[in-house]
Amino acid sequence: MKKSDAGVIIVGAGHAGGTAAALLRQFGYEHPITLIGEEPLAPYQRPPLSKAWLKGETDAETLMLKPATFYAEAGVELRTGVCVAALSPEEKTLTLASGETLDYETLILATGARPRPLAIPGADLAGVLVLRSAADAEALKASLRPGKRLAVIGGGYIGLEASASARALGAEAVVIEREPRILARVANETLSTFFTDYHRARGVDFVLSASVAAFEGEGGKVKGVRLGSGEIIPCDVALVGIGAIPNMELAKVAGLACADGVIVGETAQTSDPDIYAIGDVTWRHLAHYGRPFRLESVANALEQARQAACAITGRPPPAAEVTWNWSDQYDLKYQFAGLPFDVDDVVLRGDPASGKFAIFHLAGDRIQAVEAVNAPAEFMAGRQLIARRAAVSRTRLADTAISMKEVAA
Amino acid sequence: MAKITYIEHDGAEHVLDVKVGLSVMEGAVKSNIPGIDADCGGACACATCHVYVDPAWADKTGTPTAMEESMLDFAENVEPNSRLSCQIKVTDELDGLIVRMPESQH
Repeated sequence: MKKSDAGVIIVGAGHAGGTAAALLRQFGYEHPITLIGEEPLAPYQRPPLSKAWLKGETDAETLMLKPATFYAEAGVELRTGVCVAALSPEEKTLTLASGETLDYETLILATGARPRPLAIPGADLAGVLVLRSAADAEALKASLRPGKRLAVIGGGYIGLEASASARALGAEAVVIEREPRILARVANETLSTFFTDYHRARGVDFVLSASVAAFEGEGGKVKGVRLGSGEIIPCDVALVGIGAIPNMELAKVAGLACADGVIVGETAQTSDPDIYAIGDVTWRHLAHYGRPFRLESVANALEQARQAACAITGRPPPAAEVTWNWSDQYDLKYQFAGLPFDVDDVVLRGDPASGKFAIFHLAGDRIQAVEAVNAPAEFMAGRQLIARRAAVSRTRLADTAISMKEVAA
Repeated sequence: MAKITYIEHDGAEHVLDVKVGLSVMEGAVKSNIPGIDADCGGACACATCHVYVDPAWADKTGTPTAMEESMLDFAENVEPNSRLSCQIKVTDELDGLIVRMPESQH
């Protein structure tokens, strides 16, 4: 078989992989597309798993990226529940766990990331969960109801969203964090305090500056979390949310250049010109910040899916984007854009006590990042100001009497 | 089901039967219609599902919330009939709706 008949194979049927397949067809790609996923499901959206879906506000059908009929109609061969064992860039072949070999003309790696494991005694007890896949979310949801207590290890977005959802379902929630404040890795201190207070007021407990020594069990099922201090926090279910690690083993073994992720350029191309990588698995240069980084977000997955689909179909590359993400907790919409690199000052706009405010991170007179709580104008304007590398006045930025339209003008 | 006509910036028309209860955005995305990106999946967090509602349908599609208004304020090429299509729920009353897509969502 000629390699051109082999078309595109996409490894990883998540948000990035599923979108790449759909965009290739939208952009007129006419050769075969094969989409291979380890999970038993067609591509679905992960963000709602800790948000609307967990609270029961949205159903499984809404989660799906495309309807089940889409793949056959679009001529995309979707192979779910399939593991890829090896990649040979020289032969341009993939070997599946079953032993089957597939030829490709162009390969897209969209293998994502997996939850960072917590290697402590008791981690294998029933009821010690992570939250990444729909199956993970099902297991968590089944454990959250009145009279049950959720212990979250790690005060990041996943843990906070899960805690908010647990409260909505009537379960108790306690967040255990190693650092003296939650969101220490990602958010400004004002924001950490705001979220801590907001969750506490809705019944979530926090144990800060605490290490976790072990999970305690009874009859093979988790009953508590033992802290480094010896104190035991009782729980009925535990969620470990301490970050993710890229699924780059396939790429690494095949000899593709990797750092903390598969290294890609601005068109999502790897060190092999016939192999692209997109989404959470990638390590990409961020021109705006003059450094490489691994982004974990839907916005990143979709931007790189567009980059790869454009490159493969010969379209001009899409405009570079400022990275952004969002989180829903209770009635709060938290949106952020950019990354707080090289920041020497922060400007607060609005009063956190009002539940509507934004924090701008500045390097000199330029905005590097914005964090906005129930403040969409600040988020949108901030994103545009970051993209334009515009010089801003701190006084105007902090003055809510001046609209963001005027500030951004 | 409601019949919705989506018109791309270059004039290409797509007439779809969209299930009542979905959003106008979901109707397009689930059928892989180009022109609506909807990066956040309908959380009103990104403004990449911007459409122009045919003026004849403005009343039936309702008025945007403060959140949607703020997001739209900063979208490209906004017009008085601009909406975020993830915030328009499809109802029987919207049978026949016509929306146009902007040149770009990014």
